[in-house]
Amino acid sequence: MTLPMTPHYPIYMDYGATTPVDLRVVEAMIPWLREHFGNPASRSHAWGWEAEAAVEKAREEVAALVGADPREIVWTSGATESNNLALKGAAHFYKTRGKHIVTVKTEHKAVLDTVRELERQGFEATYLPVQENGLLDHDAFKAALRPDTILASVMFVNNEIGVIQDITTLGAICRERGIIFHVDAAQATGKVAINLMALPIDLMSLASHKTYGPKGIGALYVRRKPRVRLEAQMHGGGHERGMRSGTLPTHQIVGMGEAFRISRAEMGAEIERIRMLQRRLLRGISDIEQVFINGDLERRVPHNVNASFNFVEGESLIMGIKGIAVSSGSACTSASLEPSYVLRALGRSDELAHSSLRMTIGRFTTVDEIDTAVSTLKDRVAKLRELSPLWEMYRDGIDLSTIQWTAH
Amino acid sequence: MAYSDKVIDHYENPRNVGSFDKSDNTVGTGMVGAPACGDVMKLQIKVDPTTGLIEDARFKTYGCGSAIASSSLVTEWVKGKTLDEAATIRNSQIAEELALPPVKIHCSILAEDAIKAAVQDYKSKAGAGSTPAGEAH
Repeated sequence: MTLPMTPHYPIYMDYGATTPVDLRVVEAMIPWLREHFGNPASRSHAWGWEAEAAVEKAREEVAALVGADPREIVWTSGATESNNLALKGAAHFYKTRGKHIVTVKTEHKAVLDTVRELERQGFEATYLPVQENGLLDHDAFKAALRPDTILASVMFVNNEIGVIQDITTLGAICRERGIIFHVDAAQATGKVAINLMALPIDLMSLASHKTYGPKGIGALYVRRKPRVRLEAQMHGGGHERGMRSGTLPTHQIVGMGEAFRISRAEMGAEIERIRMLQRRLLRGISDIEQVFINGDLERRVPHNVNASFNFVEGESLIMGIKGIAVSSGSACTSASLEPSYVLRALGRSDELAHSSLRMTIGRFTTVDEIDTAVSTLKDRVAKLRELSPLWEMYRDGIDLSTIQWTAH
Repeated sequence: MAYSDKVIDHYENPRNVGSFDKSDNTVGTGMVGAPACGDVMKLQIKVDPTTGLIEDARFKTYGCGSAIASSSLVTEWVKGKTLDEAATIRNSQIAEELALPPVKIHCSILAEDAIKAAVQDYKSKAGAGSTPAGEAH
């Protein structure tokens, strides 16, 4: 049976949402769906043994990309589950030590919503603001920690603006105080070098599909030395040393392992190529008047360009550049009327948040695609500004902040 | 989000884009919405003082494709109408014509408000607005 599919956009620039599965990964996965279909937990026959061996080989590959011991990797269904397991699991296990949790306003919803749930269960939480560049201030972080703080969660790379938090320093602050430090690294693997031998991280969430692996598989790193304990959130057959029950999806795991192996082998060259593309894109759009880049430009993965095209609403811009798949911080792309909470947290005005585009580039992005994106954006921004009463007022020298708007 | 063909047509070929001189007494200007909410519509009507008919209209809109289409559409609809006729245009008619999905209904409401604001502005300028009842928004 064939399902109807949406016609493909000619240019994909939304690698931050998901990535295509690398063909080498697809090839590696297929045998584990067909002839090698065994349950890795079956100990009584060869089908089980070979599946278990494949799972363990993949575990080594995932561990190797982040400098971990394979025994520190727990398979999950993805980074959302990893975040849930890390935060709920650690909070519940260490609840006798204290009830306070610290996190950041620009975290992914999978962290923010989980911490909200822990608040409903009786924990207390602090959601730290970030600076204008999207980075956390170390002193503000330190000041938020209390004697009863048991857990802190800070993402490695932000999904909307691509900024890289100073995980080394933040982790060291936590370690001094005996606070469990969780890091959501869903957007970091393959984009920044991660060495858990050196980094003071206790728990780290990993995703497969942001790094050219399949969706539906992820992992949680759980440190062994010093040992970090978790209360299981999924009960059953006691898989993954009791931390996460459920039959292991061999093909998915093999896919994630292969994706992470490729990433480790190729990330050095890949990052340089993507940095060149990012610079080309930034240079191209910098010709447009009243464009603002959201988030720090230096402490940022080269895969991300998040820009606000002032006086042009984001959804109308996306509609106009219909050959290019990107995402917007505008409210209009979601059901709510609130613009991006991440851009708001940077102190960006609502109108700049409404005018933002996130363009994320990756392994299969080409120079031609970047050039097409730049010329399409220039053309559309100019057309939409001709339509924009705000642009007209700006050109007439009217300060928009002095206008009494009729809110609706 | 999938857009209707009519929304795409108005977005790609917006009708009556531009501005009239705000200080002209035959022009009524309505500006509604707010940048913080993601839409601002400016609708202007030019009225023939002898016949009382709207002879021309212009718009500029900051907003999503549905907001642009809603305002473009109403510039066509108000032309040739009296002020009172124009003020009877309802958002439901706009939404129906453009096949707007529920999350975009606010765009049509904004367009209706813009017409009323422009009519109100013209009337207050012309001093002809004897009793503009029920036109508050």
